[in-house]
Amino acid sequence: MSLFDFIRKPRQPKSAQTAKDRLQILLAHERSREGSPEADYLPMLQADIVAAIRKYVAIGDKDVEVRMERGDQMSSLEINIELPKTPATKAG
Amino acid sequence: MTTEAKNNPPLGRVIVITSGKGGVGKTTSSAAISAGLAKKGFRTVVIDFDVGLRNLDMIMGCERRVVFDFINVIQGDAKLKQALIKDKRLDTLSILPTSQTRDKDALTKEGVEQILNELKTEFDYIICDSPAGIERGAQLAMYFADEAVVVTNPEVSSVRDSDRVLGLLGSQTKRAETDGAEPIKAQVLITRYDPSRVEIGEMMTVEDVLEILAVPLLGVIPESKAILRASNVGTPVVLDAPSAASEAYEDAVIRLTGTELEMRIVGERKPGLFQRLFGRTA
Ligand SMILES: Nc1ncnc2c1ncn2[C@@H]1O[C@H](COP(=O)(O)OP(=O)(O)O)[C@@H](O)[C@H]1O
Ligand SMILES: [Mg+2]
Repeated sequence: MSLFDFIRKPRQPKSAQTAKDRLQILLAHERSREGSPEADYLPMLQADIVAAIRKYVAIGDKDVEVRMERGDQMSSLEINIELPKTPATKAG
Repeated sequence: MTTEAKNNPPLGRVIVITSGKGGVGKTTSSAAISAGLAKKGFRTVVIDFDVGLRNLDMIMGCERRVVFDFINVIQGDAKLKQALIKDKRLDTLSILPTSQTRDKDALTKEGVEQILNELKTEFDYIICDSPAGIERGAQLAMYFADEAVVVTNPEVSSVRDSDRVLGLLGSQTKRAETDGAEPIKAQVLITRYDPSRVEIGEMMTVEDVLEILAVPLLGVIPESKAILRASNVGTPVVLDAPSAASEAYEDAVIRLTGTELEMRIVGERKPGLFQRLFGRTA
């Protein structure tokens, strides 16, 4: 770090700006969800995915992992399904 | 705590962070204490009980990763494991976010008990961030607790509400209702303490507060600029740059784990020229 760094005002992003950015991303998402029919669609989406996979492979409820990462430009949804070694047993 | 401790059976201690009054620092303290415990190697989960007003996720910095919540698990729409968010900084820390639903009845005693019992099989500490007030959410946050941290500001209404909550901890909880059970171990955490105002007699002293509440002291957290900064960036204060507040929380965490530690009031240091030059904040 240079001795003169402190003279240039925005040395690193100020925490207030970070706060504002985080809020804008979160609230854009929350406002669009509020009261809309797609609010909380994730549990249903998960149930549908599990049902679809069970037509072919016996998986348990706990074998599904859903992760979300929301961004300002795009969000990503990651769904991990653990398949049993032998697809013989019936789903629990 | 050493890494081999991770192979020990989980402690399964349920600790409620409560106060009665709102805005005294419960969520800030829940985040700091849970991160502090996890940093020491304890498997820790922090639960947001403030149904309808989710906020712990922002303070912990995981708001973009919420998929399922507490109520989804209670209602059977998701498994507990799916709703837990693993902290990206500490692998020993998990967060269980609350729901944004306005239906407060979604929180049931049976549901809460079942979730806590499941968490006890995997975690050393289960930290429950209580909502303000003494309604359902606050009652359920404290009902199954083994210990309580009563967050109090040195200010009349906060001390009064803390006294009220201490009464409820001693009467309206599982431990209180169970014959022969040890009562909840309650400790006060004084937050937003301003030594300069205490000095000139504008604010009650730690001794004043303790004399009134008559429960052991867990720690004294000074009023600190580091708290707003930490919440801006979504980092529990003990994981952010060292500050008077982070040191005070670290001390409190040591006491919470049962280690005796001399009480000290960490003051907010005024930045000297050196600190200003090199950009370190107190
Ligand atoms: N030690 C402190 N110094 C300065 N501000 C604080 C401190 N503790 C809490 N705050 C601030 O007080 C406000 C309320 O804190 P919060 O933890 O949300 O309270 P609660 O959960 O009890 O309603 C927040 O703006 C927080 O940043
Ligand atoms: Mg709160």
